[in-house]
Amino acid sequence: MRVALAPEFQVEIDHRRCVRCKRCLQNCGFSVYTFADGVVPDHSRCVGCQRCATYCPQGAIRIERRTIPFRSNAYWTPHHITNIGRQSQSPGMLLTGMGNDLPYPIIWDHLLFDACQVTNPSIDPLREPMELRTYLGRKPDRVAILKAREGGFLLEHMLPPQIRLQTPFIFSAMSYGSISLNAQKALAMAAKELGILFNCGEGGLHRDLYPYGDHLIVQVASGRFGVHPRYLNAGVGLEIKIGQGAKPGIGGHLPGEKVSLEVSETRMIPVGTDALSPAPHHDIYSIEDLRLLIYALKEATDYKPVSVKIAAVHNVAAISSGTVRAGADILHLDGFRGGTGAAPSIVRDHVGIPLELALAVVDDRLRQEGIRNQVSLVAGGGIRSSADAAKAIALGADAVALGTAALIAMGCTVCQRCHTGNCSWGIATQRPELTRRLDPEAGAERLINLIRSWTLEIKELLGALGINALESLRGNRERLRGLGLDHQTLEILGVKPAGR
Amino acid sequence: MSLFAYQRDISNCGMVGLIHRKGGRIGGEIIMKAIASLRDRGNGLGGGFAAYGIYPDLPHLYAFHVMFEEASSKRVTEDYLTENFYIHKAEPFPLRPLRAIPSPPLLWRYFLEVKEERMVYLFPELDERDFVVHAVMKINSHIPGAFVFSSGKNMGAFKGVGYAEDIGRFFRLEEYEAYLWTAHQRFPTNTPGWWGGAHPFCLLDWSIVHNGEISSYGINKRYLEMFGYRCQLFTDSEVIAYLFDLLSRRHRLPLSLICRILAAPLWKDIDLLPEEERSLYEAMRAVYASALLNGPFAILVGHRRGLIGLTDRIKLRPLLAAEQGDFAFMASEESAIREISPQLEKVWAPSAGEPIMIELEAKQP
Repeated sequence: MRVALAPEFQVEIDHRRCVRCKRCLQNCGFSVYTFADGVVPDHSRCVGCQRCATYCPQGAIRIERRTIPFRSNAYWTPHHITNIGRQSQSPGMLLTGMGNDLPYPIIWDHLLFDACQVTNPSIDPLREPMELRTYLGRKPDRVAILKAREGGFLLEHMLPPQIRLQTPFIFSAMSYGSISLNAQKALAMAAKELGILFNCGEGGLHRDLYPYGDHLIVQVASGRFGVHPRYLNAGVGLEIKIGQGAKPGIGGHLPGEKVSLEVSETRMIPVGTDALSPAPHHDIYSIEDLRLLIYALKEATDYKPVSVKIAAVHNVAAISSGTVRAGADILHLDGFRGGTGAAPSIVRDHVGIPLELALAVVDDRLRQEGIRNQVSLVAGGGIRSSADAAKAIALGADAVALGTAALIAMGCTVCQRCHTGNCSWGIATQRPELTRRLDPEAGAERLINLIRSWTLEIKELLGALGINALESLRGNRERLRGLGLDHQTLEILGVKPAGR
Repeated sequence: MSLFAYQRDISNCGMVGLIHRKGGRIGGEIIMKAIASLRDRGNGLGGGFAAYGIYPDLPHLYAFHVMFEEASSKRVTEDYLTENFYIHKAEPFPLRPLRAIPSPPLLWRYFLEVKEERMVYLFPELDERDFVVHAVMKINSHIPGAFVFSSGKNMGAFKGVGYAEDIGRFFRLEEYEAYLWTAHQRFPTNTPGWWGGAHPFCLLDWSIVHNGEISSYGINKRYLEMFGYRCQLFTDSEVIAYLFDLLSRRHRLPLSLICRILAAPLWKDIDLLPEEERSLYEAMRAVYASALLNGPFAILVGHRRGLIGLTDRIKLRPLLAAEQGDFAFMASEESAIREISPQLEKVWAPSAGEPIMIELEAKQP
């Protein structure tokens, strides 16, 4: 039986311009093209990633969205009709990659910054110092001072270990397996050059990346892949991943096809076997269990800062408070727009809450309980621009984590087909013919450009706000106003409406 | 002077501070004369004074200066005070009615001693001054129309809506003598000119007069709230008083370092320090990031032991200091100092973020 399941994209080849160089055949990871006395596309395989069109020397390829002309229906949209069609064709969950793409409200786009006029001078960041340096880690309630003999002052106790960021960005966890080694290398090189951090995710750490340890957070997740003492001590901090914004409450699955020899060595699993990360950590069924793991990791690493990453869910404030009291030095909040290498669509699209709200309530709760200084807040999950980042900081984040934006810098076009392992851009794939097209140095350069641009933009915003250090924007919601947000949302955000 | 300079000048506030290092008494008419010369830096919507050593007969009692918008606020406040303090003396301020100061609130002062049993009952682990801070916060936030505008010992604030020199005459300041005075001529921009919003802002023995705008107010306020301070005055300046109280009294930091927290040195300078000092400054900036005061400011901070002048990290507001004999002066403009002391041995302008600290040499008078 046949049902209407038309292709999503239409590949138009301009045969008058095409010189039959077959570069499109090489570039497409999804085998759209065949050659039979001319380039022949199979529309149904196209994911719209634009790789072929970008690399066609003749500009002869145009990819267009194709819509099926069903009778218009605001309720039974083509999205639902095609999904039902697919699932009745073969049973299974619909899988997808990247973050939630449904048109839920985007609070970032309803927040506006203040600026100086007359009564306080704005500051020109090109002429005056503008400081973005950020320290991640537990801070004591107060600094205890000793009087030195010569009349100066000394610290009575050293601070607990802190991780210094030159600019308040870090790269989110993306594992070797979900992305290619070249992509990880690009992140590592960029993090080193920028004085920030990358995170190797739950896939172990490839031997080539150990030299980047000063800019590395190693992750310990529910599958414990690639975890051994040298790994735990390889970075400047550790992260326990409890949840991910794209798929709160569920685990991960790296199909055996992607477990090559290198991946298998790094993850410490047999070649070709599925790598299943369970939904919960099976040694963490409660907050007191989390405390045991946090301190086990601290003991194993001479008390490096431990980050706990949790997805933004309804009760995130209480969970965060417990997590901080359990000993986390960094709390990484991942909003529902955050990306993933693979997740069931139903979870990605319908579970979790927006980062903006989660961040606001967590920062508030930690302050109410007087424990905000004990932890650094890292906010991630769909940060699209320096404006989103600065707004996250104004809502209370110490630093901002970038996943999807970093991938886009390396070529990703958010086609959401990471789970197929066919990424034509050489990012979310392990196929050697695809991964080798991503040059780590070129990727790193683009990442560096992006973070430098955003850093400049944040300095410009701070200058307009009349502030010359990022810490004066951090949690300073007084400098934000909401436009077109309802009363309740404003109250949760702790932001006044525009005009007040 | 260009046309532009005129405009720039008046969008400011004016401040003067004056201390006698040996604790000698200075009459109120002197500080009034100085601040009157800065009339153009105010707009008649606020003026005030802080004076130290004015109650030598009752030096061990907390002197609460309180304003009430109506009689009922006074009754509720007095019930609260009676419950928690022994009231040794309660009296309306001696005032001189002036046409320039229309419809003032009810102005009273109370000389208080903490009731030990209340303190033990409410805050077994805290000291007496925490109890007093709590009482001030409680009255200011919970009793409508009542406002404690100073709460220290042997010191007090006098403030209201009007030009400073008129406020001074209204409070008959020529009848007071102090070893330390600060004065403020206000040009309100952010907050309506109301009596409570005039400077100085006081808590316990701290008094702050401020010229500028605290662009980091939002986070300074939220930081202070973590420690139980309630910012009630719709103005950014009060956070400075609370920060001094928190960092000095509760965190026991020396005043010189507190100034380095509020106007922190730049990272590029910290990075050049010898290692031990560098880790101290690094720790202070990391731990007290939310206490950094950002935006243009110059402040004068009065306390029992002396006077501090401080500007923001890039000095976007004027401040200069001078010395003559046992007197030290600080002001927004040199003219205010020359007005009361035409001869000066030394006049200097501190660089950005560099605190000037004048300590009292005499024993606390």
